[in-house]
Parts: sequence; structure tokens; C-alpha cells
Amino acid sequence: MSQHVVSVKLYAKVFGALLALTITTVAVSKLDLGEFNVIAAISIAVIKATLVALFFMDVRHATSLTRLVVGAGLFWLAILLLLVLTDYASRGWFPGPHWL
Amino acid sequence: MADAKAAVAVHDAGLRHHFDDSAQQFQSSTIGMWVFLVTEIMFFGGMFAAYTVYRGLYPDAFASTSRFMNVTIGGINTAVLIFSSFTMVLAVRSAQLGQKKALIIFLVLTLILGSVFLCLKYVEYHEKWVDHHVPGPAFQYADSRYFHQAQILFFLYFAMTGMHAIHMIVGAGLLITLIVMAARNSFSRGWYTPVEMIGLYWHFVDIVWIFLFPLLYLIGRPK
Repeated sequence: MSQHVVSVKLYAKVFGALLALTITTVAVSKLDLGEFNVIAAISIAVIKATLVALFFMDVRHATSLTRLVVGAGLFWLAILLLLVLTDYASRGWFPGPHWL
Repeated sequence: MADAKAAVAVHDAGLRHHFDDSAQQFQSSTIGMWVFLVTEIMFFGGMFAAYTVYRGLYPDAFASTSRFMNVTIGGINTAVLIFSSFTMVLAVRSAQLGQKKALIIFLVLTLILGSVFLCLKYVEYHEKWVDHHVPGPAFQYADSRYFHQAQILFFLYFAMTGMHAIHMIVGAGLLITLIVMAARNSFSRGWYTPVEMIGLYWHFVDIVWIFLFPLLYLIGRPK
């Protein structure tokens, strides 16, 4: 049926990477990097989520139609977050990062 | 007539007659599950949008809550949930290979890890209750400047982790169903679609937590 039987070794590697990234995100939060703290935390979370989706949820072997559904979902999420943020930011309601 | 009977006989046990073959049936289920997960993305997305707006409006108040968050439990729970995703993916693999015993073992392991997560969540909620960090009339906050604004963060904390925990409880119920089905020999190498679909759901819930952990526990900068 689903033809892609992946080796336990590959799954174990992804698992190891996810654990390492979890430790990294806690470690980075202990450093004072200014605005970069938020960027680092969200970037690491996005990398972890991508690993889970590609390997554990098997998006990398998915059909184009399934990928289209996943992509459309993320696109709509982007609309939700970006348009809400541009609305607030353009009214000057956010203190904003000091370098902007 | 004899030909039609022969055609029925070669069907996989789990194949519904309105599909061409098992592959098409499996792809239909996968797309259906992903459409459901997209609605879940939008559901949690609304709460993430609310979080982003209020964190943008009150960055200092939000940062001040971090020292009241239990990063140790939050971190352990992140590891527990990632481990449960690993055992879930091994359960799906066992189903693909038709290994019934391994399938049941990995499903039970996933269920146990999910339960560990919920127990630790209970410990955390109890801590918040004792510390008067539950939003409402009994709410107290060490820094009086941020009394109202910090309450918004704790409201978001309970709404988001609470909705996540409800998804975990639903997931645990689905896992129990899978274990019973597996024990009753409902799955074969030709048909194990529910294992794969509930696997997708379980990983999605893991992804939500992957975002919740840094956003709720690790906001504050070290002083």
C-alpha cells in the first residue's frame, strides 16, 4: 500500500536531531542576544516542525495533491498572521525592535 | 458473472469497492486527513495570532512571566512528546511490515508517553493554581505594574496548552482504539490506514507543542 518503508536508523537520526534542537533552543534562551532571541527560538521551532512533517508525517513521499493541501494550509496561516501583524504594526501600536 | 466474482475475490480485505485500488483509497484518506489538519492549523493559528499581537503590545510584561514558568517540566515534556512521535512512527512502520506484536508494543509505548506528558502537565497546572497564576478573581502577580498584562499571557497559556492537552486526550483515546483494533487483527499489510492517519494527527499535535514550548516558556531574556 504505502510503499515507503523507511529504516529505523533514519527515524532515529531525525529523533536525535529533534532532541538536539530542543536542547539548543533552551540553551539559546539563556543567552542575551537581544532581538535575535525571538528569531532564534522561532527558527529552531520551524526547523523542528519541518523535520517532523517531512520525515515523520512523510510529506517528502506525499503526492502532489497532498503537498498542495499542506502548502495551501501554510499559505492561509501566513495570510492570517501577516495581515494581522501589518495592521497593528502600521498603526504604530507595537513598540517594535530598536533597529527598525 | 464469474469474472466479476473473480475480481471481487482478489480485492484486499480493506479495499472499498468504490475505489480503483488500495493505493487510490490510501491517497484519498491521506488528503482527507490533511484537509482536517489544515482546519486544525487555522484553529491553533487564531490563538497564535492573538498571542503574537499581545506579545507585540506588551513585550516587557510577557517577558516577566518567564521566571514563573517551569522550564524543566516544559523541556522534559518536549522531549517526551518528541519521543512519542518517534514510537508512533515506528508503530506505523510495524504496520507497514505487518508485524502485529511490534505494532501493539509501539502503540502502547506512545500511549504511555502521551500519559506521562499529561501527568506532568497536571503538575504544572497545579503549580500555577497554588501560585495564583490562574487568570480570574484570585489572580496575583509579583510585579504590580504588569498585573493585567501578565494575566493576558497566563490566559493564553491556559487556552493554548489546554487546547493542546485536550488534543492529547483525544489522541490517547484514538491510540486505545488502534490498540484494540490491532489486537483483534483488524490490520494487515494491505490495510492499516487508521494507524497511518492517527499517526499524522499525533505528529501534528507534537508540532503544535514544538511552537508552544519556546513561545510560552522561553520569552524572557536573561538579566
